[in-house]
Amino acid sequence: MGAVFKREFRAFFTSPVGYVVLAALGFFAGLFFYAANILGLSSDLSPVFSSMFTFILMILPLVTMRLLSDEKRQKTDQALLTSPVSLTGIVLGKYFAALLVYSLFLLEMIVFAMIIAFQVTPDWTIFLGNCIGILLIGGFIISIGILISSLTESQLIAAIGTLAISFVLLLMDGIAYQFSNYKILTTIVNFLSISSRYSNFTSGIIAYDDIIYFVSMQALILFLTVRVLDRKRWG
Amino acid sequence: MIEVQNLTKRYGGHVAVNNISFKVEEGEILGFLGPNGAGKTTTMNILTGYISASSGVAKIKDIDVLEQPNLAKMNIGYLPEQPPLYLDMTVREYLDFMYDLKKCKLPRREHIAEICKQVKIENVYGRLIKNLSKGYKQRVGFAQALIGNPPVLILDEPTVGLDPKQIIEIRSLIKSLGRQHTVILSSHILQEIEAVCDRIIIINKGVIVADDKTSVLATKYSSDRRLLVRVAGNHDEIFNLLKRVPNVVNVTSFGEKEPGIFEYALEPAEGCDIRRDVSTRIAARNWAIMGMKSMEMTLEDVFIALTREQYVPAGNKKGGR
Repeated sequence: MGAVFKREFRAFFTSPVGYVVLAALGFFAGLFFYAANILGLSSDLSPVFSSMFTFILMILPLVTMRLLSDEKRQKTDQALLTSPVSLTGIVLGKYFAALLVYSLFLLEMIVFAMIIAFQVTPDWTIFLGNCIGILLIGGFIISIGILISSLTESQLIAAIGTLAISFVLLLMDGIAYQFSNYKILTTIVNFLSISSRYSNFTSGIIAYDDIIYFVSMQALILFLTVRVLDRKRWG
Repeated sequence: MIEVQNLTKRYGGHVAVNNISFKVEEGEILGFLGPNGAGKTTTMNILTGYISASSGVAKIKDIDVLEQPNLAKMNIGYLPEQPPLYLDMTVREYLDFMYDLKKCKLPRREHIAEICKQVKIENVYGRLIKNLSKGYKQRVGFAQALIGNPPVLILDEPTVGLDPKQIIEIRSLIKSLGRQHTVILSSHILQEIEAVCDRIIIINKGVIVADDKTSVLATKYSSDRRLLVRVAGNHDEIFNLLKRVPNVVNVTSFGEKEPGIFEYALEPAEGCDIRRDVSTRIAARNWAIMGMKSMEMTLEDVFIALTREQYVPAGNKKGGR
């Protein structure tokens, strides 16, 4: 796993992908920080975090699109799959590399918190909750992206597929509203909704069931990715 | 060292590899020969654990590839048809990565430097792989297979797309590697296999049609043992003389091939060498032998005969294999 992780992480920064993604996330976060905190004279960073939600859903597919699809297209998967490394190790290596690249963006949020701390003491628990929430939501999208990327050889299809799923997840609350007459459907859709869970974090509620939901969903999706790779060998 | 028993691979209704079995001993260089689509790559992919067989067993050093994949893979160096190179890495980064990936325990710098020297890529060590020529890419792929000094090397068409000089270099490299490694090499180019391998397996449509030592194969499958001679002299007199040579069963004349030089095909009795008798008798009459060669099938003829559409391998006729 270590070797795959190291290579993947480095690959983000030997191509423009890592820089572009971090620059885009940084730009939007900076914009919201300026509007909400500097112009709005607020010490609360939560609006910045909650506004970033949509942008994260749109940008992360670009991080994950290459991860497995390109291996297949360039036939480098032959090196991975014929090495003494488990499929789980390969998938986790890629997942953690993407997660680390993404979490570098949190450094910027820490800088914002520092800027505020010069003036007033920010609510550190809310800030911590926001950070945990944004990491969990990012990890969730990354795991979906890796799964989609294992299904195709085309980066473009991987990106669009992940983007489509991200948008469905984003619109889940609206969908739930449409089905408000059918109790079971509403329950299912609400269970799948990530935006309401994420908004718990931005309002400072760190609930165990939300954390367990995100972690277990990621584990399940990564497990499915391993099955996809394994199935291919039996094809 | 390598053992394959009743290996079968199906893709839906298509049978890519059909119930093949063979063994490779330590230090042997085995050539896998067959037309494109014969099942060479599929067999190699199963041996290396890249894909799974539909049925049958593949063992490397008595380790089942399916049951203990990681242990088996530790013993294999694989060079696929298209070398698995990350184009965005330098040669150095790539070999370091493969070293980590293979969980190699040998001293890193010395080991990688030795391999680079062996495959002659020291001068491109710091360059990006995407900027290398095809020959160098192939060699980097080779280097990758050698990392960890695996006892078994599996090379899928290692000289495809190289220029003649590079082909000769790679061949001599494979030969030298054969001293310390067990090698399976696939190719659809006959000369290559003939030049490098101790033993050949000819595979066609997923079935092994021949398996023998390189030297034996040509003679074994050869039905033609005739001798072709060109003699300068009088046509009819030579013809009569040749007919009287002991152990000659039949003589056919091919007529005048060069001015005053005639060509004949001599069929010897089974197991007899008639060359000495022929030459002494002709010399005794003061004629001159201008050429003499055996008409035995070349390996190429054997290959073409064995991989013909209608060909049914001997074993299958008996319903054995």
